[in-house]
Amino acid sequence: MNSAEFRAIAENGIWRQNTGIVQLLGLCPLLAISTSFVNGVSLALATVLVMAMSSGAVAALRTLIPYEIRIPVFILIIAALVTCLDLAMNAWLHELYLVLGIFIPLIVTNCIVLARVEAFASKNTPLAAAWDGAMMGTGLLVVLAILGGMRELIGSGTLFAGIETIIPGTHGLQIAPADYPGFLVAILPPGAFICLGCFIAGRNWLDARAAKHAPAAASAAAH
Amino acid sequence: MSEEQARPEEQEAHLEIAPEEDQPPGLIDTSVRSAALLFGFALVCTALMAWIYGATLPSITAAAEREKMKLIDEILPRALYDNNLLADTIELPSAPDLGQDEAIPVYRARKGGQPVALVFEAIAPEGYGGPIRLVIAVGADATVLGVRVVAHKETPGLGDYIDPRKDKNKKDPWIEQFSTRGATGLSEADWKVKKDGGRFDYMTGATISPRAVLQAVGRAARFAAAERERLYAVQPK
Repeated sequence: MNSAEFRAIAENGIWRQNTGIVQLLGLCPLLAISTSFVNGVSLALATVLVMAMSSGAVAALRTLIPYEIRIPVFILIIAALVTCLDLAMNAWLHELYLVLGIFIPLIVTNCIVLARVEAFASKNTPLAAAWDGAMMGTGLLVVLAILGGMRELIGSGTLFAGIETIIPGTHGLQIAPADYPGFLVAILPPGAFICLGCFIAGRNWLDARAAKHAPAAASAAAH
Repeated sequence: MSEEQARPEEQEAHLEIAPEEDQPPGLIDTSVRSAALLFGFALVCTALMAWIYGATLPSITAAAEREKMKLIDEILPRALYDNNLLADTIELPSAPDLGQDEAIPVYRARKGGQPVALVFEAIAPEGYGGPIRLVIAVGADATVLGVRVVAHKETPGLGDYIDPRKDKNKKDPWIEQFSTRGATGLSEADWKVKKDGGRFDYMTGATISPRAVLQAVGRAARFAAAERERLYAVQPK
């Protein structure tokens, strides 16, 4: 593994095959929990952790796992790791745990975790696999952070509300005037779909623009 | 008819499988090996989870108790009592007056052995988005000392002001009127929003949620007043 390969994996996870806006996997937690920046980022961080750990573990054990029963074994490993994370959060980040509630166990059913384990980790070295899992999760983190921030800002006029449950001593920001009535649609699920749709459109636009510029750049380089 | 049809299919299926059984390394061997491996993985994963469970259990129990006490502190100041609430607990098998059809704990606050207050959970079934779960502290003289919403599904930004964390009015949240306006000796008719001829404020546009909470608190207050003697007298387990 050289640095170019690591960079390629990172680019793949964060931009080219972004879980949230390209592969559109794991939308259930994405849309349900992204009502605020802190909620979105916390769940995404948990997902990053689970993806890195499960990918690393599967890659380390990949020669032991027979092809026929790989899926049950993968699910077993992912479920065990998520359960451990669930217990650890309940014990040491209890307030955050109360907010994220049922979405932590649901990481098991987030198909992106299984998809990366199956598509990448089962064929690569543990280090590369853990990096790939972490980067795929980071792609989700970026989308959830922006989506959560946007919905929180539009919906309730605050930003980083509830951050004191993670970092004691800090507090959220009141961006809009205190008498801002809030914009309900942004907080409800339809708002999540609308915001996500805008993201996908924006990303496609950037890609299309890059594709248009690319041939010109390539021919310019040839001369 | 259907049986006759089924038989040739079975034979065909059998014929297809038969050659595979002769092939090395053998279906049985593979199955046994897979089963053993799967069992091994299950064993290791379970052991890992059991270890983490054991390691986190004390912290989780402590966190849950802290959570409970934090909630109780909001509706019942610690200065009012000197016993350990969580230890002086009885269990009510079920209480339809509180909207509960399952057993609920009742925490009893005392000072110098004298009854001070009861803290228990009640459910307001008529919430706009489903049942609203409340924690209520009722004093020994049947005064409602405080109420908090524990769980609800009221519309965000509309009916959710019943939860003080969501209430836009941070200085004087709606739910605080139970503790600040000394709700003593109220009749059933008083436990309503002002619009319905009762004594309590509400916010225009979202009357269903406060109505549900008020009804539940009223019922709970009457229940606590009626069952007072019994609730304080029962020995904790």
